[in-house]
Amino acid sequence: MTVKLDSSLGFYENALRLTSKRQEVLASNIANSDTPNYKARDFDFKTAMMNAMNASSMPTAVEMTQINPLHLDAGSFSAGKYTVLRKSKQNSQDGNTVDIDVERAAFTENALRYESAISFENSEIKNLTMVLQG
Amino acid sequence: MSLLNIFDIAGSGMTAQSQRLNAVASNIANAESTVTSDGTAYRAKLVEFMTVQVGDTKAASGVKVSRVLEDNSPLKKIYNPAHPQADQLGYVSMPNVNVVEEMVNMMSASRSYQNNVDSMNVAKSMLIKTLTLGQ
Repeated sequence: MTVKLDSSLGFYENALRLTSKRQEVLASNIANSDTPNYKARDFDFKTAMMNAMNASSMPTAVEMTQINPLHLDAGSFSAGKYTVLRKSKQNSQDGNTVDIDVERAAFTENALRYESAISFENSEIKNLTMVLQG
Repeated sequence: MSLLNIFDIAGSGMTAQSQRLNAVASNIANAESTVTSDGTAYRAKLVEFMTVQVGDTKAASGVKVSRVLEDNSPLKKIYNPAHPQADQLGYVSMPNVNVVEEMVNMMSASRSYQNNVDSMNVAKSMLIKTLTLGQ
């Protein structure tokens, strides 16, 4: 039996990377809750996760080093690609669309998702070490 | 590492909000100042916020105070001929500080500051959780 370390832990790796990206986007919404004309953003987690999983399940996916900033990214995901603008429920006069309660809720939820992904990954690692030690 | 960027983002928010709080404190302290260094009455100070890029991602951004403006609304005139700054008609120009407005501004700034502190705390606990991975 071949234990595919990458396929068992890769899912959590992607999940952690994407939730931390989303956390960053939400933190910037909270920081800019008083900036005029700032538009609240969110991260399209589902599409990003599906693309990340497809990219990592491809057998030819290899790590590529970017030597020129003009070159296209291979496989890696930039947060900008998946950011979407969030609709504001209550419009404010200064053009800011941040609803601080919505942002706080999303921020806490995303942090919980991150921590649960870590817990699942921890138990996966424990299982693997148990198998290795016999 | 995007979790570390949250420290920069929330930190920029805290700096900006404390600058706003500083302006509010200055306005409230000078609500009765009839003379400034240029001889006129004090004018309320306002801060202007602007987004600023943090790290290398364009998706997430911090905030900074782009400039400090002076409130151009007219100064309050009160009749007090005995005042040393009174004009020929006996009117004194008082600062255009609206104390109620400043208090509201202060509460808003303090709440936003707290929100940034909280997001920094959450990012910190997430990072600590990550460090214990596999133990």
